[in-house]
Amino acid sequence: MSDVLGNPAIPPDASDSLAVLEKQRSTAETFGIPLAVLLEVTHRCPLQCPYCSNPVELDRAGKELTTEEWKKVLTELAEIGVLQVHFSGGEPTARKDLVELIKHASDAGLYTNLITSAVLLTRDRLSELADAGLCHVQVSFQGTEDIAADRVAGYRGAHHKKIEVAKWTRELDLPLTVNAVMHRQNLHQLADIIQMAIDLDADRLEVANVQYYGWALKNRAALMPTVAQLDETTRIVEEARERLKGTLAIDYVVPDYYALRPKKCMGGWGRQFFNISPAGKVLPCHAAESITGLDFESVRSNHSIAWIWQNSDAFNRYRGTGWMKEPCKTCEFREIDFGGCRCQAFALTGDAANTDPACALSPLHETIFKQAEREAEGETNRFLYRNFAGGTLEPDPGESGKHGA
Amino acid sequence: MAGPRHISVSEASRPVLPRHAKLKYDETRRVWVILAPERVLAPDEIAVEVLQLCDGIRHVGDVADQLAAKYAAPRDAILTDVIAMLQDLADKGFLTEAREKTS
Repeated sequence: MSDVLGNPAIPPDASDSLAVLEKQRSTAETFGIPLAVLLEVTHRCPLQCPYCSNPVELDRAGKELTTEEWKKVLTELAEIGVLQVHFSGGEPTARKDLVELIKHASDAGLYTNLITSAVLLTRDRLSELADAGLCHVQVSFQGTEDIAADRVAGYRGAHHKKIEVAKWTRELDLPLTVNAVMHRQNLHQLADIIQMAIDLDADRLEVANVQYYGWALKNRAALMPTVAQLDETTRIVEEARERLKGTLAIDYVVPDYYALRPKKCMGGWGRQFFNISPAGKVLPCHAAESITGLDFESVRSNHSIAWIWQNSDAFNRYRGTGWMKEPCKTCEFREIDFGGCRCQAFALTGDAANTDPACALSPLHETIFKQAEREAEGETNRFLYRNFAGGTLEPDPGESGKHGA
Repeated sequence: MAGPRHISVSEASRPVLPRHAKLKYDETRRVWVILAPERVLAPDEIAVEVLQLCDGIRHVGDVADQLAAKYAAPRDAILTDVIAMLQDLADKGFLTEAREKTS
């Protein structure tokens, strides 16, 4: 605000009276409890998206935390200062107790967000969730029309149902975010996706390029966009952001393969974020279990969540900069991006302490970039669908005639 | 459905935070916050005071009157600041206007 209403409480670096809280926090600060936590309440999901962010080794239903265990977690999160919880999965609505859990979270004072594929929802259930205090709904979309979108989801009728649920969301006066995961086989629909979000009266649109770990890494050759596609995507997003200011907020996640600098993954390992897996593991990132050799503590252990965050070996292993090797160790950007993504470093180099190959300073950057370029120009379009059986390859269109879910 | 999306804040507006933006005092960090989808905003003390007055009934002009009286400051300057702050919030998608009829 102005000098007239001068305010000593504003931090000197905040130029704006509505600064985003994460951005004010100094890097020297001790690792305070994150503002938001991702709860992967189940890995069960009727969809089979080939870029699923869940680990390849999925938690089966029998390992999931019980209703009482999740409630205890929610109470504890609110007590230690978490403000927002994202109910995700898998498909969170696959849990029969979701209304009860949302109610419990709301009563504890938490801001609740549902990240859903929407296909299991009825209007009545969505209404119950709204009554339980749900603050915000994010519906994932695979495209803009039935055939192509249902093929990506590996689920017939998915797209039609998502449109229906998105409409119910707005009818119930819940705010809606459209989550669009983008890759080579749907990037041409981006302009239509933006229009779809407007037509659905969404408040926000997340245009998220696939990040290549786990399932997506297995499907990289079928998903990797070309450099030309990405340039066009960026242009479309920037134009739409300007045109739709105040109408539709657009968040844009760029794929890091074609970048020169790696992303500050998760805001840095163990700095701003954790998630809880279906089985109750407290993780620095939803892909962290892909890094072998790390032991993740569970909410079922006799440690508190705050203790696990502050003291557990897994959280401390890649915190800060002390663990770094060259070229990160002496890099001037080491506290800007913290060496990129540990899961990607592990997946592509075999050592999570190596520089993320997305960084141009990584000795592997050139090789990986060239490989991605080749894959993007290639002919491999068949998906390996995500499931509990370790994945199922899409039928060859040459044999079955045409694509179908 | 929600009212018109793009809000232009003026003295006659009657703004209010929408359902998905919640003003809350964070006991742990001892700061006021606005909880919004995927974001936590940190309003300064004056923004908090303005937002607490924005109940969908008061006009922006009333809010400026109250603050001008409280701080013995020029109303015009305050009005300009209040509108700028609220417009910023509206542009971020975290402000709505009172509807003619509540459901």
